[in-house]
Amino acid sequence: MAVSFLDFEQPIAELEAKIEELRHVSSDVPVSIQDEISRLQAKSRQLTTSIFANLTPWQITQLARHPQRPYTLDYLGSIFTDFHELHGDRMYADDLAIVGGLARIDGRPVMVIGQQKGRDTKERVRRNYGMPKPEGYRKALRLMRLAERFRLPLVTFIDTPGAYPGVGSEERGQSEAIARNLFEMAVLSVPIVTAVIGEGGSGGALAIGVCDRLVMLQYSTYSVISPEGCASILWKSADKKELAADAMGLTAARLQKLGLVDEVLPEPLGGAHRDHGAISRTLQTALARHLSELAVRPVDQLRAERNARIASFGVFTDLTEEP
Amino acid sequence: MSWFEKIMPSRIKTERRTRSVPEGLWIKCGACDAVLYRAELERNLYVCPKCSHHMRIGARERLVRFLDPGEHVEIGAGVMPEDPLRFRDSKRYRDRLAAAQKSTGEKDALIVLAGPLQGLDIVACAFEFQFLGGSMGSVVGERFSRAVDHCVAHQTPLVCFSATGGARMQEALISLLQMAKTAAALARLAQQRLPFVSVLTDPTTGGVSASLAMLGDLNIAEPRALIGFAGPRVIQQTVRETLPEGFQRSEFLLEHGALDLIVDRRDLRERIGALLRLLLGAPGAAVDAG
Repeated sequence: MAVSFLDFEQPIAELEAKIEELRHVSSDVPVSIQDEISRLQAKSRQLTTSIFANLTPWQITQLARHPQRPYTLDYLGSIFTDFHELHGDRMYADDLAIVGGLARIDGRPVMVIGQQKGRDTKERVRRNYGMPKPEGYRKALRLMRLAERFRLPLVTFIDTPGAYPGVGSEERGQSEAIARNLFEMAVLSVPIVTAVIGEGGSGGALAIGVCDRLVMLQYSTYSVISPEGCASILWKSADKKELAADAMGLTAARLQKLGLVDEVLPEPLGGAHRDHGAISRTLQTALARHLSELAVRPVDQLRAERNARIASFGVFTDLTEEP
Repeated sequence: MSWFEKIMPSRIKTERRTRSVPEGLWIKCGACDAVLYRAELERNLYVCPKCSHHMRIGARERLVRFLDPGEHVEIGAGVMPEDPLRFRDSKRYRDRLAAAQKSTGEKDALIVLAGPLQGLDIVACAFEFQFLGGSMGSVVGERFSRAVDHCVAHQTPLVCFSATGGARMQEALISLLQMAKTAAALARLAQQRLPFVSVLTDPTTGGVSASLAMLGDLNIAEPRALIGFAGPRVIQQTVRETLPEGFQRSEFLLEHGALDLIVDRRDLRERIGALLRLLLGAPGAAVDAG
């Protein structure tokens, strides 16, 4: 599949188009054309390196939403074996914006849960653009409890613009569904490793993201609201999304500096979508390592450490005098 | 600032500013247009005596009038906001904080008091909506967490009055994580079998609704309060159709099974007192100490 380029990648796109053109030229002077292609390819790599060395938070947001970026089910195919998708919340419906099931990573049985976007228009609608409804979060909770009962660690993948804001969502208790997951995940007795693979949009992301280890892909984002949403509220205009993206510090690098992320995983040159194989190997190695480290923790220690981790969230001045 | 305000001693000015309803001897009800005498409205807990419309009430005033009269211990008052991201939109977050602190007389959007309710020791907290829309950032999360710790240490129940637009954008992901922090605190409380009564008042939306506010052992709402995950305008823009009548109001939530009950503000003291005593297996209150 041809790579689709973002607006800030246009110079690279033009070079790549030229390379494609040369490839299709009749082979009258094959040697010199081959040289020219190699030269242009080197130039394209160089250009990509220099553009990607200075990405703005908004450009990273665009990469996190790239239509060709690997999604949860792609990683389920490339990292895990023996995957069996499990459906439904047992109460209302099967929300396709969240997928989950049993699988193995490096032979180790785990429960995997993640938000799922669609690749084409039809699939996007079916997956509701990766925006879960209450039944999605309740399916996730059901699978978490199943994992806990059989002492299986939990791996979650975050990739959502946010929980779906609709009439039905409100009628069926979107707030309660998200809140319940936060409550239950805080005390779940099995290890939880969360990876932000694309967009980490607000409470809809966090609802499957309370964890013992948080990893983020280099060009993924995680914040309380989308840059567009923040801009329209604070700047009164969604056009100020670039300013909002800067201000919110939603990139993996910035969040690691704030001490909110355990590990940032480097992406292939040009982003994860350029090389699904490479990013899968990186992610697999990191997930397997974190799972092995957590696997040896006694349950009490695991829960105490998670509780301390969650309690440490926040930056404030404390002038309380010791009694 | 008028010449009169300029010459007034600052202590008096602060006193004035803690009131959530604008000053004036007479106040017009936003729902029925009745012109009401301020002192009478205050006595009535800012509930319109003509139409029972529940106006907003400041956090501290609410708590003081919810608990029994007397001494209350404030929890987490020493926890003050910072600006970890050096956030700036049209104004700096620092300046917004300073302005909110000045206009409300509070340091941040959650007030926590420990004291008796009809003789039963409890911890009660309330969101100050006038403080940046009652938004939840690090200080709200930490104070709520300390409220729970106090409950665990003293084996008392917790009551929280929400009035909030949700997570505070200026602290970005750190605000979002306060949802996990408050939910985890409530899990600690639940493990101790101590009750949590969540009182949802107008408005309770966003990240607070999707964390602590919907996690009550009892979820109680005041009448006609706006309660939801997404704001009605966002939903309207998403679904592009007219929203049903009464959508996201307390009565709508009760009908859809999200609330235990709707209680008039003037009855909250008595009802919550009675419910807590039932949950804790304590004898009923003979006389209301208030």
